[in-house]
Amino acid sequence: MKTQPRTAPQRGFHFDYLMWLFTRLSALAMYLLAIVGIVAALLMSARQNMTMPDLMRWAFMPNPNHVANTNIPDIEAWKGIFWQVMGILMLLFAGSHGFHGLLNVLEDYISQRWVRNLLRILVLLIWPLMSAIGIYVILTS
Amino acid sequence: MGLKRNVGLMEGLRYQGKGPMLAFILHRITGLGIVLFVALHILASYISNLDWGTTAGIFVNTIYEHWLFQIFIIFCALFHAINGLRIVILDLWPKLIEFQRETIWVEWFVFLPIYAIALIIIIRGGLGG
Repeated sequence: MKTQPRTAPQRGFHFDYLMWLFTRLSALAMYLLAIVGIVAALLMSARQNMTMPDLMRWAFMPNPNHVANTNIPDIEAWKGIFWQVMGILMLLFAGSHGFHGLLNVLEDYISQRWVRNLLRILVLLIWPLMSAIGIYVILTS
Repeated sequence: MGLKRNVGLMEGLRYQGKGPMLAFILHRITGLGIVLFVALHILASYISNLDWGTTAGIFVNTIYEHWLFQIFIIFCALFHAINGLRIVILDLWPKLIEFQRETIWVEWFVFLPIYAIALIIIIRGGLGG
């Protein structure tokens, strides 16, 4: 059987490399956002009255209505654009990181080409849809 | 796409990749768990604000607040975060790849105590302590 010569992967900046790098950097960014959320919760005297879901909420989506039942006395002072921006940043980082990961998993385990392409298109449709719904929820709830 | 994908599921399960393989496969499973959880969570909060979806949205969110579900989702979030940090460190300092098996031991030593503390808090809260 004659083997086809494979083209060498393109060097330098191309899309796959950028997404590879983005996955790492967005992970670090989410670490930063989560630390800011937890530290802010501790500053707002949440040390004695946080349950595990409250900790998760503060770490991953610290917008005021989401964490309202943490029972923090002075949460009013922290309502505003800052936490909305934090929430939206977390949503966009997590969404792109997660859906890109989903595309990678599809790439590895779905062997039929048409099923893979179908699921890819589906994921690429759900991604902006979920981001839009998430931003809507953050801004209105 | 010149890749041949002719490894069956059972053949794949029999592959003895040990620590790195376990970390890799758990990273994927926990990642998929988080994507599913977060997507459904956002959808549930969205429809619980609508007239027709309040019951369904609140129903989904009460599942998420149940302590048995938290045991699962904390595992996903914590393992994915700590293993992800390991991957980031290895990728940004490629010389450390040589020690990747050791980093997996370090990872478990970091992960298990934190997860144990989380489990104690969750279970104590879940049993009404």
